[in-house]
Amino acid sequence: MTIDIIINSHLWFAANTAEGSLSILEMVVIALIYLGIFSVAGLFLVLLERRVAAWFQLRVGPNRVGFQGLLQTMADALKLVSKELTGTSKADMFLYNLAPYFVIISSLMALAVLPFTNEFQAFDINIGIFFLIAISSIGVIGVLLGGWSSNNKFALIGAMRSGVQTISYELSVGLSLLTMILLTGTLQLSEIVDVQKDGWLIVQGHIPAIIAFMIFMISGTAETNRAPFDMVEAESELGAGFHTEYSGMKFAYFFLAEFINMFIIAAIAATVFFGAWLSPFGITESIPWLGVFWFLGKTLALVFLMMWFRWTFPRLRVDQLLTLEWKYLLPINLVNIVIMALMVWLNLIIRV
Amino acid sequence: MDSTTKNSNFKTEEYQINMGPQHPATHGVLNLLLTIDGEIIKKVEPDLGYIHRSIEKMCERDSYQQIVHLTDRMDYLSSNINNEAVCLAVENALELEVPERVKVIRTIIGELTRISSHCLWWGVMGMDVGALSTFFYGFRDREMINDIFEETCGARLTMNYNVPGGLMLDIHPNFVKRVKKFVAHFKTKIPEYDRLLTQNVIFQKRTKGVGILTKEDAISFGASGPVARASGYSCDVRKYHPYSALDKVSFKESLKTEGDTFARYQVRIMELWESLSIIEQLIDNIPEGEHRVKTNAVIKLPKGEFYQKVETARGELGVYIISKGTKNPYRLKFRSPGFSNLSLLNHIAVGGKIGDLVAIMATIDLVIPDIDR
Amino acid sequence: MSYFSEIYNGIKTLLTGMSVTGKYFLNARKGVITQQYPDNRETLKMFDRFRGEVIMPHDDQNEHRCTGCQKCEIACPNGTIEIIWDRGIDEETGKKKKKIDQFVYHLSLCTMCGLCIDVCPTDAIEWGQNFENSVFDRTHLTRVLNKPGSKLAPGVED
Repeated sequence: MTIDIIINSHLWFAANTAEGSLSILEMVVIALIYLGIFSVAGLFLVLLERRVAAWFQLRVGPNRVGFQGLLQTMADALKLVSKELTGTSKADMFLYNLAPYFVIISSLMALAVLPFTNEFQAFDINIGIFFLIAISSIGVIGVLLGGWSSNNKFALIGAMRSGVQTISYELSVGLSLLTMILLTGTLQLSEIVDVQKDGWLIVQGHIPAIIAFMIFMISGTAETNRAPFDMVEAESELGAGFHTEYSGMKFAYFFLAEFINMFIIAAIAATVFFGAWLSPFGITESIPWLGVFWFLGKTLALVFLMMWFRWTFPRLRVDQLLTLEWKYLLPINLVNIVIMALMVWLNLIIRV
Repeated sequence: MDSTTKNSNFKTEEYQINMGPQHPATHGVLNLLLTIDGEIIKKVEPDLGYIHRSIEKMCERDSYQQIVHLTDRMDYLSSNINNEAVCLAVENALELEVPERVKVIRTIIGELTRISSHCLWWGVMGMDVGALSTFFYGFRDREMINDIFEETCGARLTMNYNVPGGLMLDIHPNFVKRVKKFVAHFKTKIPEYDRLLTQNVIFQKRTKGVGILTKEDAISFGASGPVARASGYSCDVRKYHPYSALDKVSFKESLKTEGDTFARYQVRIMELWESLSIIEQLIDNIPEGEHRVKTNAVIKLPKGEFYQKVETARGELGVYIISKGTKNPYRLKFRSPGFSNLSLLNHIAVGGKIGDLVAIMATIDLVIPDIDR
Repeated sequence: MSYFSEIYNGIKTLLTGMSVTGKYFLNARKGVITQQYPDNRETLKMFDRFRGEVIMPHDDQNEHRCTGCQKCEIACPNGTIEIIWDRGIDEETGKKKKKIDQFVYHLSLCTMCGLCIDVCPTDAIEWGQNFENSVFDRTHLTRVLNKPGSKLAPGVED
């Protein structure tokens, strides 16, 4: 039914506007819809994190505002919006104001290419995975700018640590995704999902795929600066890291961007490893719109895994972070690519 | 200038940071002036005095029963043991013999206080290195001890249950049952603590080989308690100068020789086991008798100087009283364990990174009101 | 070779840690240790010896047991208790006797040490269990513990 609405509105637009502005108008409308859905989704992710954290810690979590606490983040967002936007006088005002926008824009742009179902994908470009990895790298600029322009020693230390961490772990993210691209032969996301109709990629490339999945989860958690790699914003060490000097809406941008990044990493893992909207043995093939629920279910399961990591493990020191990447993850990744290439060449893939 | 700055084209400078009085990692109001070069710490200067309340001066105007309630607020995590120290000093000065029942109950409550303090220490240690859930697990076990104290003494943190001459009230009839239930419950929890934190590879990499304190340094800085025992310096006051019922129980002194952060951690976990075994030896045969010996309403110590030391959860606490025969002491001084343990922070943290400093401070287990009094 | 065994042991310890928190997550419904405080006021019961605040119990004839001996005022470390007393004629014996006019108790200064209750010879004061004592105006924390129009119960001597 949604497809009919979309097709009808497309025809209505086509009948009423000029040629060039049609596609621009459509793009603006879709962008606004996505913005609306995902800002709210980001808020609900925050609430989910708080309740899951509470259950790990034998408490209840926010359950008073609204039914079971569903309106809690709305209340928090309202509070953040109404706060005074302070700033230090010695801060570099232009960069200080610019920094949060880098972070939030790069997160929201990456959402455009995720395949929710067969038809429900905003952009199906032929360099899908490459686009995703490239966009996530832009977020680093925002962090570094934020730390530098705050004119605060703590923020600077935090920003420098974050910069070095993100740059190192992007390598591992890219290489582990490359391992799976060897199986699919294409970077386009919808075709990656099509290849998985013979069985999810994690089943098709058995051992190297599992190793690639583990490496991807570890580096993905490190990319988004979450525990156990959250030295950057180590709350019990340096105050609040690079966003110490931000308050109000700008802080909300940083905060929201972190959660949306987490969602994106989980969504990429769900797409590439677990077959985005495909059901396990093709059980609900006949009802295509159920694909959204399968996609969200897999993504939320991986988000839960990342939250489990956060509330269990101590954090790694900065030099141990870098040792982990350069001495352990990178060599294993490279060897894994070779093994996967051998498997594809010798056709040792499991097809279901 | 070290070799990195001589050979490279970049001139790095050291800068100073305040790990300021309000900070999530320093347990209390402690200001640390760190001089850092990049990430390496060059100097640590503690800046004390933010919570000084002139307890020792107040003791000069209070009577001896009133001094006991002030010691609750010094090291509030081992408040019962602090009370016991002052009461023992006064009783030994008056040469007052307390009944056996009082001694046994004081020891049991002291060991329960030690377990409670170490539970909180474990929770905060996990939280400082980043595993945020350990805080709640430590507090959950501590709640059971707080319930025991609330039923018997009436309060959860500042108990004021010991008086010179015995205990203020006799123990509640449910005391023995609750303590036994707690011991049985806690024995299943310490292995869980081990599974969550101790054998975690990330935690071990954070703490092994970090902040090494040699035995000679421990002795020359005057360290005591688990900090010194982790370096191999055997200094447990409960073994060498036993008080209350501690000469009747048998327990092992927890010693380790490496002296790094992981050794200090392990010493405290071993102390948890030893305290449980002490409680088990005493809880079944609490002797019958009086819970209080009558003293005068106004206690006057004879002229002279008296010293009493006890082993709190942090180390050796000493109470030194100079009395001129009147009803207030002329001077009362507390030798606090935290003060001496803090002095070695500069020695062992230099050369490490900021993350190491946080781990080291978590294992030295400072409670700042104890240092500032 | 130790490279691989290090990795294997490391991953094993991490999974053991995750199993501990995972077990608590699965029992999260029943295993919460926090209480939903303002909602459970009806079923909340403090222990008998809980130190909430100092109260002076009065019996049915509005009589208390405080003879005004001032032992609690002397025992208190920081002047929380002030007793305003007067000498009056005792009805039964006709002699002059101390009587209290007002037993002033500053709840804002009290450290809940219990020395006053410990030293009272007639058990006139005891621990109350009310702990919700916050007020908007600090002068409301200065309480007069003996009720207006009450007098000493007969037969109480210190």
